[in-house]
Amino acid sequence: MLSIIRPTGRPQALLFSLAFIAANSVVAADKSGDAKTEKQMKPYREVLSGTDITFGLTPIPAGEFLMGSAENEEGRKADEGPQRKVKIAPFWMGTHEVTWDEYDIWGFSLDIQRRKIQGLKPTDGDKIADAVTRPTKPYTDMTFDMGHDGFPAICMTQLAAKMYCQWLSAKTGHFYRLPTEAEWEYACRAGTTTAYSFGDDASKLGEYAWYIENNDFVYAKVGKKKPNPWGLYDIHGNVAEWCLDQYLPDTYAERDAKGAISNPLSVPSLTVRYKRVVRGGSWDDDPEKLRSAARVPSTPNWKVQDPQLPQSIWFLTDALHVGFRVVRPLVEPTEKEKMKLRLIPDKLDLFKDPNEVKEKLEEAGKK
Amino acid sequence: MTKQTNNSTSRRDFMKTSSVAAVGTGLLGNLAMTSGAFASGDETIRVGLVGCGGRGSRAAVQALSTKGRVQLVAMADAFDDQLDASLKRITAATKSLGADRVNVVPERRFSGFDAYQQVIDSDIDLVILATPPGFRPIHFEAAVNAGKHVFMEKPVATDAPGIRKVLAAVSEAKKKNLKVGVGLQRHHQAKYIETIDRIQNGAIGDVVALRVYWNSGGVWEPRRSREQVASEMEYQMRNWYYYNWLCGDHIVEQHIHNLDVGNWIKGGFPVRASGMGGREVRKDKRYGEIFDHHAVEYEYEDGTRMFSQCRHIRNVWNSVSEHAHGAKGVATVSGGSLIAGDEKWRFNGDKSDPYQVEHDDLFAAVRNNEKYNEGEYGAMSTMTAILGRMATYSGKVIDMDKALHSEISIMPKRFTWDADPQSLPNADGEYAIPVPGVTKVV
Repeated sequence: MLSIIRPTGRPQALLFSLAFIAANSVVAADKSGDAKTEKQMKPYREVLSGTDITFGLTPIPAGEFLMGSAENEEGRKADEGPQRKVKIAPFWMGTHEVTWDEYDIWGFSLDIQRRKIQGLKPTDGDKIADAVTRPTKPYTDMTFDMGHDGFPAICMTQLAAKMYCQWLSAKTGHFYRLPTEAEWEYACRAGTTTAYSFGDDASKLGEYAWYIENNDFVYAKVGKKKPNPWGLYDIHGNVAEWCLDQYLPDTYAERDAKGAISNPLSVPSLTVRYKRVVRGGSWDDDPEKLRSAARVPSTPNWKVQDPQLPQSIWFLTDALHVGFRVVRPLVEPTEKEKMKLRLIPDKLDLFKDPNEVKEKLEEAGKK
Repeated sequence: MTKQTNNSTSRRDFMKTSSVAAVGTGLLGNLAMTSGAFASGDETIRVGLVGCGGRGSRAAVQALSTKGRVQLVAMADAFDDQLDASLKRITAATKSLGADRVNVVPERRFSGFDAYQQVIDSDIDLVILATPPGFRPIHFEAAVNAGKHVFMEKPVATDAPGIRKVLAAVSEAKKKNLKVGVGLQRHHQAKYIETIDRIQNGAIGDVVALRVYWNSGGVWEPRRSREQVASEMEYQMRNWYYYNWLCGDHIVEQHIHNLDVGNWIKGGFPVRASGMGGREVRKDKRYGEIFDHHAVEYEYEDGTRMFSQCRHIRNVWNSVSEHAHGAKGVATVSGGSLIAGDEKWRFNGDKSDPYQVEHDDLFAAVRNNEKYNEGEYGAMSTMTAILGRMATYSGKVIDMDKALHSEISIMPKRFTWDADPQSLPNADGEYAIPVPGVTKVV
């Protein structure tokens, strides 16, 4: 794959490479994503094959931090404590929230459509990616008239966000997933211990974030405000971001206070679909929800206006403030770990009715 | 399946109660049943469901979630696989409301083309009509004839003869004091109610133009292949969105919501329309006979224009919204906001789920015996969408009056599994697609 962007002495190979690039209008794959050690990790752009869409990744170094907020932090809630020392392994994180441009390639099978129209052959990655489940089409337009190109994708369930990551992994050959809450907060804080990654002064929020005070009740294009110290844009505000964890209000207290906890994750239940965590606050939130430590649980109200029964497993009709960004751990977990920690979707997640999942699990238990 | 003749105990108790009441007021028990039977507020309203798809199932849950005692007692669907799945889901979804909300014994589960009549005859008080829209006129007429209150999903027909049947049944329903709700839920959404109220009270001056859109990526993919079905009738029924007699095309099935908002603001219906449309991207034969885009210009009696677009194409400018332009300002009705000169207003009130509220309102009207009939605007907004389709299919300017009186029926002559719908595929499985300049619509 990479060889095609190097001029080789052989005319035939060169011709092939040119034809390939022209036909796909593909941006050449970026080698910086091939790091094997933490030292080699650099920012890179990931290419979505068969399209002209790319997105940026920012390296997040390994380290320790104090997760949660101090009791005297303004706007703090009880679920943000007690603070715990947490150790995080290195990963890359999406520099921006996932945009509709990227998301719809999966959601509307735009890559498959383009290949069909242009008569292109799928890459090896495409072949695996094509086998990943895609969502049903939404009945209505899910941008809710707030903008598409360059704007963050919204209104997806956590399952949809996870499935997108699964597809992205297949397509690119790099393992992508949602961040854990701990990873998210670590990356957001970027070494800071203040309420926000730029300090404690909420009056400065407008320089860094879209929140309830500075927009016309709509989200904004990604990357228009100042980034956090590690170069992540809109980590506060614009859209709240899905994490992997089940929301448990007491989870920090239950974690060991001695020493640092390595890469904590509240593994989400297969049978209980609420609540899961979103972080970072949104265009529709007050400043305190944008704080680095603030946690927000998902609720069934986020799809109350889905007029179907069963309701969609892919769309949240009323979560116009919820999106996500992807991470890629430097060390890819084993397939067993991916399943066990629920880093990737389970087949049972595709049952529309969680009661059916319970039945299936009970059946399996009996066997 | 057989029809159950024995009523449940609760029904008999109810009859006793209402007869006692009838003695006092000098009314016949029978009459009381069709009109003011629920005045005391705690009588059980017995509900039947016709059409057990995703929307019908949730509509049933919403009906069962209204105040007071409501029980689902009978269900109908063309396909029994669909009915069984629906019953299971409704039962699970209403568990928390109390054990007796769902009481659909096997004898009151009906499938096939006549199932609707069997539900209507199952001693119910109110019927939810949620099959694909083509059947609505037949089902609604039967429900009104039998003296049942009705919640019916939009659209309420797919052709002009169907609309006329619905309009006739609407007047009949009024005479019988039957309550009729239509699933145009924006009428029960505070954001729309308040914004339109402001527009009608002059907040943006006289309305001179409307813009309405349902541009989206399209809906569900066809569900069954030819190999998976027994007949052409079953093929079209399973994949109903893509066949006009069932769906009406997406300008009717979806865009009706936005066109209806225009009509609501204007307090009337267009007198004519012209437009264009076609099938540009979604062309595969498995997508039946509907267009993937329509653009229509409607004209109201006072000359006001409504510019309308609806499209099922991915990765283009998509928007589902309504906008009103006035002499003094502009309103984004779907956004609940308006700007007139220096004046800016945005709705910030009740955000209740309109799909629930529309049932709350209908059931309250049934219990309190208040006048309640959304049938007329339901039918005429459906007709507005059909008029648009006539304009895009023909390419001609079509008058509402002519359209409404069109004798062209697109419905099958017979409803059996081996009967042929009017649109049939050629040897390659392709359907005839309307051709502007050729296709006759009125």
